[in-house]
Amino acid sequence: MIDYIKLASSKSKGKRPYFHNDPAVERVLNITMAVAGELAVMRERMDTIERLLEKKGLVSQEEIDNYIPETKEEETQRQTWHSEYISRVLRIVQQEMEELENPDKTIAEIANDINKM
Amino acid sequence: MAAKNLPPVWNKIAKHAMLPETNHDERARYNFLSNLNKHLAHVSQGNKVAFEKRVEPTFVKNNGRAIASVDELGEAISKDSHYQIWSSLRRSTMEMRQQAGRSIVLRQAEELRDKAEKLNKGKSTLVLDPNCKVPEYLLAVDNHLMPGSYHTELIEGDVTPAANYDSGIFVTTAGLLGRFNDGGGKAIASWVKKTYTDFAPKRILDIGCGMGHNVLPIAKAFPDAEVIAIDTGAPMLRYAHARAIDLGITNVTFMQMDAAMTTFENESFDWIQSTMFFHETGGKSIYKIMKEIHRILKPGGLTLHIEQPQYTNDMSLFEKFIRDWDALNNSEPYWSKMHDIDPKELMVSSGFKEEDFMQIGAKAENDLDDGSQKADEPEDHGRSPIWNVFGAIKN
Repeated sequence: MIDYIKLASSKSKGKRPYFHNDPAVERVLNITMAVAGELAVMRERMDTIERLLEKKGLVSQEEIDNYIPETKEEETQRQTWHSEYISRVLRIVQQEMEELENPDKTIAEIANDINKM
Repeated sequence: MAAKNLPPVWNKIAKHAMLPETNHDERARYNFLSNLNKHLAHVSQGNKVAFEKRVEPTFVKNNGRAIASVDELGEAISKDSHYQIWSSLRRSTMEMRQQAGRSIVLRQAEELRDKAEKLNKGKSTLVLDPNCKVPEYLLAVDNHLMPGSYHTELIEGDVTPAANYDSGIFVTTAGLLGRFNDGGGKAIASWVKKTYTDFAPKRILDIGCGMGHNVLPIAKAFPDAEVIAIDTGAPMLRYAHARAIDLGITNVTFMQMDAAMTTFENESFDWIQSTMFFHETGGKSIYKIMKEIHRILKPGGLTLHIEQPQYTNDMSLFEKFIRDWDALNNSEPYWSKMHDIDPKELMVSSGFKEEDFMQIGAKAENDLDDGSQKADEPEDHGRSPIWNVFGAIKN
């Protein structure tokens, strides 16, 4: 059996072109676009589920579109999910702010410190 | 209200026994990529605006003169933020298309191999030659970023390069080649039938046939002809033959052979065709292949080649530059060299007479075209199904 997961993502021949001044931008953009693609895949899957539910008479798309949280608890659960999700996605921004507020030593420096402890 | 110019969903692709199995999310991934391709064709229009409004004026201001060459233009535009984001998104999209296709076909490599073997078994219309060498120009690059190109076999009897190509070209072209991805072959078959009403070719050769998508409409249009399709990639030929058999087309023999040195007799074909082939060859081979075509074409025989448009003197530097983008960044490097060759000179130096040279335009025949894919869409230079056809009748 071939390693189909690794082979699927193989590089093609020739040096890869980079278009941004900093290759890191290119790298992050490529990862972001892959995630954007997977979000689209998930959205299509949700769409399939909704349509199947409607065809089977379980839930209509209209019911889904018109749904609003009915209790305080449901409201809180939803908003908590959004809050956690955004915090996860923007993790690096938060960490850069923390670093800015509290300039830190490098781990190599800490290693030197610990070596003396 | 319906949105304009939506690409067809992937499941509109024509089904046949060799088409890889796909699950829900794999089809969804292809749908995303078709739409992304289409979207980026619009984003591409911003390159011209950025060039005219920012890149060129800045260059003139700094240098006191106009941009003088495609290279100078490339250097200047490479610093423009719109060009940068469009380029990186387009490159990324093409890499994702390969990844998506390969992740579908590699997981079922053995099943696809078995399906092909079953359909191909005992048939004299598939002739593989283990001594056929893959030409250097194909070993040097993975055309259109397809890792391993057309020839690499990950397992014995592999057909995955072709299965990836077949399922993915529908995404790359956003379905503009029709359900069988055969819009090029259909267009040329129709043109030949309409233009040469008495033409009844007995033997037809298709060179660089790949997975056979463009030769089948020709074989169907001339069912009494003996059609031979050659390629150097064994995986492509195995798949092409199995696909043709499943689609009920039996007058094509698929043979593993280098077009520059075929084993065919002098003057043995009535029609020799290639479709989007020459721009994936090489600077010396293109002449060898054309000489070979001249050798094996009968007097009075027809040869036609569907290709990307040539560069003309009235084409702006910007247009030349943007047409070269795909050649260099979607890894079809010989395309960036081939447009400097005059097809008439190519044919005349290979033995054809100057007065016999012909050049026409062709547009894909698309069985999915319901009028919702408008002609006023921006032309996407890398994927547009609008081509140049050159050729000759040998006299």
